[in-house]
Amino acid sequence: MTSPTPTIPVIAERLPNGLLLTLSPDRTAPIVAVNLWYHVGSANEREGRTGFAHLFEHMLFQGSEHVAANEHFELIQRAGGTLNGSTWLDRTNYFETVPSHQLELALWLEADRMGRLLPAMTQEKLDTQRDVVKNERRWSVDNQPYGSWWERLPELCFPSTHPFHHSLMGSMEDLSAASLDDVAEFFRTYYTPDNAVLTIAGDFDVAEARALVDRHFGWIPHGGPRPALPPMDLPPTFGSSARLVVADDVAVPRVFLACRTPAFGTEESYASSLLSAMLGTGRGSWLHRTLVRERQLASAATAFTYDLSKGSDLLVIDATARPGVDVAQLEAGIADVLDELVADGPQVAERERVLAQVETDFVTALQGAGDRADQLSRFATYFGDPDLINRQVPRYRAVTDRQLRDTAASRLNRDNRASLVFVPKAAPESAS
Amino acid sequence: MTGPVVRPAPGASRPYHFPRFERTRLPNGMELVVAPVRRLPLTSIRIVLDLGARHELREQAGVAALTAAALAEGTTRLDAAALAEEFERLGGTLATYSTWDATHARTTVLSHRLEPALALVAEVVRTPAFAEREVDRLRGERLAELLEQKSEPRGLADERFSSWLYRPTSRLSLPDGGSERTVSRLSAATCREWHAERFGPALASVVIVGDVDPEDVETLVLGVLGDWTARPVRKATVDDVQRTLEPTVRVLHRAGAPQTELRLGHVGPRRATPDYFDVVVMNAILGGVFNSRINMNLRERNAFTYGAFSSFDWRRDAGPFVVSTAVATAVTGPAVREIISELERMRAAPPTADELSLATSYLDGVFPIRFETTDAIAGAIASLRTLRLPDTFYDTYRDRIRDVTLESVGEAAQNHIHLDRMQVLAVGDRDQIAASLEIPGLGPLRDVVEDDDEA
Repeated sequence: MTSPTPTIPVIAERLPNGLLLTLSPDRTAPIVAVNLWYHVGSANEREGRTGFAHLFEHMLFQGSEHVAANEHFELIQRAGGTLNGSTWLDRTNYFETVPSHQLELALWLEADRMGRLLPAMTQEKLDTQRDVVKNERRWSVDNQPYGSWWERLPELCFPSTHPFHHSLMGSMEDLSAASLDDVAEFFRTYYTPDNAVLTIAGDFDVAEARALVDRHFGWIPHGGPRPALPPMDLPPTFGSSARLVVADDVAVPRVFLACRTPAFGTEESYASSLLSAMLGTGRGSWLHRTLVRERQLASAATAFTYDLSKGSDLLVIDATARPGVDVAQLEAGIADVLDELVADGPQVAERERVLAQVETDFVTALQGAGDRADQLSRFATYFGDPDLINRQVPRYRAVTDRQLRDTAASRLNRDNRASLVFVPKAAPESAS
Repeated sequence: MTGPVVRPAPGASRPYHFPRFERTRLPNGMELVVAPVRRLPLTSIRIVLDLGARHELREQAGVAALTAAALAEGTTRLDAAALAEEFERLGGTLATYSTWDATHARTTVLSHRLEPALALVAEVVRTPAFAEREVDRLRGERLAELLEQKSEPRGLADERFSSWLYRPTSRLSLPDGGSERTVSRLSAATCREWHAERFGPALASVVIVGDVDPEDVETLVLGVLGDWTARPVRKATVDDVQRTLEPTVRVLHRAGAPQTELRLGHVGPRRATPDYFDVVVMNAILGGVFNSRINMNLRERNAFTYGAFSSFDWRRDAGPFVVSTAVATAVTGPAVREIISELERMRAAPPTADELSLATSYLDGVFPIRFETTDAIAGAIASLRTLRLPDTFYDTYRDRIRDVTLESVGEAAQNHIHLDRMQVLAVGDRDQIAASLEIPGLGPLRDVVEDDDEA
């Protein structure tokens, strides 16, 4: 018993100034999402300015020529909308979901800061946001058990010259060094229409929205040349088993084990993505079944892929030891699971189960206008083709058992595992 | 060359209605609620029991949560592994959990799989196996979570602050998932007993939201749950009175902590409070949204923090009102003073008309965005019964928000913010922050040790 996977309408067009526009109307609820991806992230930071792409994202909420500091938040909230922004290794996004009659307000706000940000930038705002970001760093990394994993793991998995190697959140020293000149230079280089994707999804009339985009974004000039990212291709495997042990203020050991996998969007990446789901999504997965339920070595064990589209991707296993379980036992348990998957390959019934989950998750994620818009922007930014959203489920279905076995054998083997291991500090500091 | 400089005016708004739903009582006393939402071929299935941690005795704290978790670990027909595979074959993920007020089992599937998925959720709720091996493992996982929390300042602050608000004999003085002592004593037998005595159609609602026909759904539900005849017994006498009625400052020491996790507040109103909407709007102005007073002060004006928020935990019993933030260690005292001054200012005078309209137009406008998914709609419908709200609640919500006035917000602040019984918890480096926390009007500093939750 099956039914065809639903598809969504996708209209893509490039404006004369280079802005890639994606429209996806759905008039069932009076809600519209505006979503902008700039193709710049921490990978584009220059030496001595780690964390700048993210600090810059904060500055984009500090106003523009016709918008006061934090007024962007206020206007969208007053309109009954939600908004935020986020920074990633190779992109930064900004998004609003608003009642559909407020579409033009969201477009105007995004256009004002794309076209006219710099008149609003001041040293005082930069100083304040620098301190806010330093507190964000303390909150998410420094004062959080295992909080450093997401800067240590890329450091371990990418060579020091690779743009994904360094910390997205940045060092306190580099954050302190950032200046208003850096803000201006970063803005002029990367925040240009030809380096951006604008997506509108939800309740709107296509012709009206098209005219609004022309009016608000059409005047913004095309940018100049941008420095190219250094080559990001790497050998298909690590070629060894790297291992980093971190003694931290944690109660129990936790292991992050990464394998280098094919870049997101390549044909082989659909196989590694399915393997990741078989390994670590849900209670029926290999890791949960073996490590959590049967052998009781872990209190939680999951797997995921970063979905990096440049050079190569990472498949990551994240397992937390049960109290009393030695970290060596847990690591050996993870290795057993991977070795078995490499040796035997997944069963046919497992492939069907994972595909059923992929399809449900895909349709479930289409429900929110903001989620739809973000996915469209992602495919438009990385591959220039937002309609790829409608070809994801078929591409997962096309993966053969042979491909799954081959990918497991070539990518999950012992020569392609890097482990980041957290262990409790030997002598924990006691309460006074 | 330049683009439009004038702020665009809104167009004409389009109407929105919360999805229509039909509530039926089946012959065995169970409620069925169906909301057809036919946008995508998806259906959310949720069985909700009017049974939560509030119905536990203090000595068995955690049994509702452990029982709920164990529902997903096998039935009398299917063991844990086989059950997980059955759900995954249907493309669904089963979530089972309890809150203070209710127990939930839910999943979302493509609509053509409604029938087998519904049968499976019903089976999980009616005939769980409670195999000793699985329950013992889940208990171990809860104990591991409590152990891990001791080194996690954020979760530790949240949980300890809430627990300390209530009197030591009250169920509410322990976490909803239970403490180390109470959880250690739970077993498969306790879960079996909890299930046998308290699960039954009279306490259950089946909520189905999605691409479905209500008549078909009723037939399906009768087929798998119509002959469920258990007669549940449960009662609750919850003590939700605040433990310490004078202002108190407590410090939980974390040597070398780069930040202090701060919690300030007291026991708030019950969900049934007649001025609920006034309190919701008042909180949005105070600390409920990004542009609220507390966040603008601590983050954007003083750069003490990445974020600072206030919230009322709306439950049937009086839940905590709490201001939460994490601030750089060096500014711990000044941050507390700023929060206190914002609480005083909120009480001292009504907000400005501009602040009121920002809060009400936000809550009014964002309402449809809260219900974009079938699962969110099912959750909203389920809470009507577990929180004792009328079926018209969502239909009148936006009007009620718009009816809130400057005066009613001012009154809500005076009635529900109590500086004279303010409790403060700081999880941070005692040696660096203690002196700055000696603040007039907040009472003496008390040290606490980690494990006094059983005191």
